[in-house]
Amino acid sequence: MNIHEYQAKILFRNFDIPTLKGTIVHDPKEAAKAAQDLGTSAPWVVKAQIHAGGRGKGGGVKLAKSLDEVSEYAKQIMSKPLVTHQTGPQGKVVHKLLIEEGCKIDREFYLACVLDRATSSVVVMASTEGGVDIEQVAEETPDKIFKVYIDPAIGFMPYHGRSLAFALGLSKPLQKQFGSLVKQLVQLFLAKDCSIAEINPLVITSDEQIIALDGKINFDGNALYRHPDIKEFHDPSEEDKRDLEAAKWGLNYVGLEGNIGCMVNGAGLAMATMDIIKGHGGDPANFLDVGGGASQEMVCQAFQLILSDPNVKSVLVNIFGGIVKCDVLAQGILDALKQVDLSVPLVVRLEGTNVEKGRAILESSDVDVISAIGMKEAAEKAVHAANQGV
Amino acid sequence: MSILVNKDSNIIVQGITGSNGSFHAKQCLDYGSKIIAGVTPGKGGQEVHGIPVYNTVHQACAKHRVDATMIYVPAAFAADAIFEAIDAKVPLIITITEGIPVLDMAKVKSALDRSDSRMIGPNCPGIITPDEAKLGIMPGYIHKKGNIGVVSRSGTLTYEGVYQLTTRGLGQSTCVGIGGDPVPGSNFIDIIELFHQDENTQAILMMGEIGGSAEEDAAEFIKREVKKPVIGFIAGATAPPGRTMGHAGAIISGGKGTAQAKKEVMRACGITVVDSPADMGETIAQVLG
Repeated sequence: MNIHEYQAKILFRNFDIPTLKGTIVHDPKEAAKAAQDLGTSAPWVVKAQIHAGGRGKGGGVKLAKSLDEVSEYAKQIMSKPLVTHQTGPQGKVVHKLLIEEGCKIDREFYLACVLDRATSSVVVMASTEGGVDIEQVAEETPDKIFKVYIDPAIGFMPYHGRSLAFALGLSKPLQKQFGSLVKQLVQLFLAKDCSIAEINPLVITSDEQIIALDGKINFDGNALYRHPDIKEFHDPSEEDKRDLEAAKWGLNYVGLEGNIGCMVNGAGLAMATMDIIKGHGGDPANFLDVGGGASQEMVCQAFQLILSDPNVKSVLVNIFGGIVKCDVLAQGILDALKQVDLSVPLVVRLEGTNVEKGRAILESSDVDVISAIGMKEAAEKAVHAANQGV
Repeated sequence: MSILVNKDSNIIVQGITGSNGSFHAKQCLDYGSKIIAGVTPGKGGQEVHGIPVYNTVHQACAKHRVDATMIYVPAAFAADAIFEAIDAKVPLIITITEGIPVLDMAKVKSALDRSDSRMIGPNCPGIITPDEAKLGIMPGYIHKKGNIGVVSRSGTLTYEGVYQLTTRGLGQSTCVGIGGDPVPGSNFIDIIELFHQDENTQAILMMGEIGGSAEEDAAEFIKREVKKPVIGFIAGATAPPGRTMGHAGAIISGGKGTAQAKKEVMRACGITVVDSPADMGETIAQVLG
């Protein structure tokens, strides 16, 4: 789960990570007053709150030298789509602005905590190349990224912070500040089951204070059950409507650009089905895993979800029946089709337990189902049907 | 011969009184697996399918020789159940449970590394040595005894691969689902090393997917050590970056872990990589002549 910058900063403050004073506004008319109420002198920064990086480059972060400018920029940004390299060409509509005090930046660093899959430990990464795209730094100058690995069973040790502080070349008074900030970030990461906790840039001000100027935190969805406070941060307006609908029904769905809708049981098989469609010249409209169980209700919801995409020109159902038998699944598909209006060709490939019975059920029904044996034939038929444009 | 489990393996089931645990314990019993005990805290003294239930893994281990445990405990309590099995020195832990928080798994992995226990999973179909023992949720009948070692990060895609083998008369020595999580107990390299040492395994089918670098690590190992033919498939060539594709571990992040990059490394290490998931069985048949 992703959260906004201003929410990340609430967590930073809770964990004693220094941030700037700021207020969230929902209406551009409130912006100047909000800036004034911070009690700081000019300048202020107006920051669009959307779940995407690259907001500065996209024009979503503005430095205002007066309260009038705060109002002006707020009006400019609010309620309009903001396009960044992470939003796609249609952009994301800005519903909230963070109005923050300004600060005099001396240097910018990068600091982040992530889980390292290869070592199953928490890795803290720091770089002198702050405020820029860290993936680019990793690609071009990997020697400018310093890492320490933390055993999650043991947690943070002071030397982790020291090592990074020395690597960054921090002066003695800053080393201590920095060490305790790293400690707090690791504690936040572990305490709240983050998947990433990133401060970019982490700035050193001209009066030698270390401040988290921007923040990005994502959380492990599997751990949200034990963090009701984090769940409250969820902003449904940031998510694709179809993704929200899918989540409600426990379906794993990812919308794509193609025209062949897919319904598959199991994530690996679902990805493989997308791949084979592409391999036969088609383009998948989605990833959809109905799970190993695939109940009739889920199948019904899955159909509705797939067909809500206007690009879909054919649907491919690929089910490998294991414990759930093919005849039960075939009946589930037919029952689901009674409740949804199927306006495009449907290709069904069943394999596994009781497959003969399952195929017989589909063939003897009055629903127009194109039956396929094997993944190759299924993909060919689905691509052909989509290209016919029926 | 096989790896990890055979007809003599004594198996316990943690979470045996739950609906999943009970159902799959019965399926495994029917397949011929030697399930000798179950564990559910507070249900000690009961029986499920004629199998005695204990309150703790230690109690089960005190009464029986335990070679392996199968864990069906819900995600919120699964890490605790795994730690209990490690503490009781159960040699092989098969964790079926999906949705365990990744930091829990990182702590589990740390404990596993300091123990003599080996874990398969979580978020996996389990492990099966055809005609001998099934510890998992896979449909037993699609498997056939034979000489192909199968290892995969997936569930139903593994069944697809196995089915393609069996329908061509190619049996399996053992099939291992290592699971779709970012931090698994065992990785490709661990299982492929066992297949490499197993005299009865003639060829290996590995089914990977996007995310992480487990396939690349295994490929380097295969290049160095393994003389047996290895056939590979990677799911997710069409997956968009930055999105989790069903499995928590199936995500291309920061441009890393793409199917294309994995396939390139695997090919460079001498693995026969198939681009179409429909060609896994046929390709192995060809490679084995």
